[in-house]
Amino acid sequence: MSSVKLTVDHLTAFYGENPAISDISLEIPDRGVTAIIGPSGCGKSTLIRCLNRLHETVPRTKVEGRVLLDGEDIYELDPVRVRRRIGMVFQKPNPFITMSIYGNASAPLRLNGRLSRDAMDAAVVHSLQQAALWDEVKDRLEAPATSLSGGQQQRLCIARALAANPEVLLMDEPCSALDPVATAKIEELVKRLKEEYTVVIVTHNMQQAARVSDFTAFLYLGKLIEFGPTEDLFERPTQSLTEAYVTGRFG
Amino acid sequence: MTFDRLARRKIFSHVVTVLGGLAVLVVLIPLASVIYTAASRGGSLLLNPAFYVKLPPLPCSTIACQTVGIGPAIQGTLILLGLSGAISTAIGVSAAIFASEYRTHGLGQAISFTADVLTGVPSIIMGVFIYSYFALYDPRLAFSALTGTLALSILMIPIVIRTTEEALRTVPNSLREAALALGMSKWRTTVRIVLATAFPGILTGILLAIMRAAGEAAPLLFTAFGSRLFFSGVNHPVAALPLLIFEFAESSYSNWIAVAWGATLFLIILVLAANVLSRLSIQRMVRRMGGR
Repeated sequence: MSSVKLTVDHLTAFYGENPAISDISLEIPDRGVTAIIGPSGCGKSTLIRCLNRLHETVPRTKVEGRVLLDGEDIYELDPVRVRRRIGMVFQKPNPFITMSIYGNASAPLRLNGRLSRDAMDAAVVHSLQQAALWDEVKDRLEAPATSLSGGQQQRLCIARALAANPEVLLMDEPCSALDPVATAKIEELVKRLKEEYTVVIVTHNMQQAARVSDFTAFLYLGKLIEFGPTEDLFERPTQSLTEAYVTGRFG
Repeated sequence: MTFDRLARRKIFSHVVTVLGGLAVLVVLIPLASVIYTAASRGGSLLLNPAFYVKLPPLPCSTIACQTVGIGPAIQGTLILLGLSGAISTAIGVSAAIFASEYRTHGLGQAISFTADVLTGVPSIIMGVFIYSYFALYDPRLAFSALTGTLALSILMIPIVIRTTEEALRTVPNSLREAALALGMSKWRTTVRIVLATAFPGILTGILLAIMRAAGEAAPLLFTAFGSRLFFSGVNHPVAALPLLIFEFAESSYSNWIAVAWGATLFLIILVLAANVLSRLSIQRMVRRMGGR
């Protein structure tokens, strides 16, 4: 695989006094899909939320360790700038309910000063196409975002994240609130997105991890048990815990 | 056995339904009676356009008495509500944003607590407080539109804070996180996303506070003071509908009492209309957002 995009270096994250993840180190490759799997409560969401400094926005939380983006520690940078380079899609679709479909897809564009109407339109079309939503919404861009189905809303959220033109896209169980058809669409999308972006996807669905990812990290009780190419992790796990989990004996 | 129990439950259900219906009547009767009384005694005055723009009549108790207008009181009430509405919106909404978006901050909690306590303070205290302060500091201003505005503002601010906080709290946290994750600053997230989403609720709160203040005479007794004349500057006493009703209804002049009924009906209509209009526009706004 190619170079390393994100380096997680001895990362520990707390809620109050309790560490949700402790001493995690891993290297996330550029332009690939890295899956984070593990049973509920193992800290996968916490880990991904540390990668764009969202964890610290919750009161009484704390992060120790470093996360390097292209070699720079994101905890030394302005979090607002970090989040423009590292986008995120959440578990439940969360479009801005006061805005139209167009408004949502263009929200990040309006952050960086004024864009001409034409440039904005082009960018909105591009990101909606990237998110495989364009054909379904091109005739009703001014309709409220809440008029879309759950799966469409999630793809709108992906389009919104992509419109910010990030380098990394974090996805926190993006399919858990969706039906199988919508899930399949998003998985297709993830596979295409890795051509241009570094994707980190948290999932509780092992098959999904096997289908979409190049690398997989297995977390258990806040610790990184195993990390490696997805094929190896599923077919030749080195740890007995990993083997037990991927073969469905627990979790 | 089971049939018996079912029958008993049915009877019980009917009894409770009837009792509930009676309770609704008990609530509706006073409202209907207030509107009916005011309409039958003051309704005819409201048909005359001069009533809304002319000065109040001189006291008089004969048949030939004039019952001209409540122009100054309408004007004064609108001025007082406009000014205090602006002040309480600016301060109340800002304080509520701080209290809600910085919930773990000690000052934020203090704001919520203070608003709770202030909501329970009798409204006449607001008037006395402002009066006593100005009587010491600048007695020439004690009776004025300025102090009336301040007294009403203090009455309205806690209401605006409480309702705004409530509205901000109903904004799902997932929207805040969505905005932050896009690289929006906390300020932009709060203004563009949180405030925009809570806007219908905030507007309801502001209108609620204004309508509450519209009918208040007590805080104005020591401050706005009332006047027979039109507004002549914020440093002078100013008329207001509740003050006019208070003064004229208490008098022994038949034409003043008639004017008080007219003013009463007008005030009721004003508040009801504001209520209905705001509800309609807020419903429309929520629907345009795609419903919640």
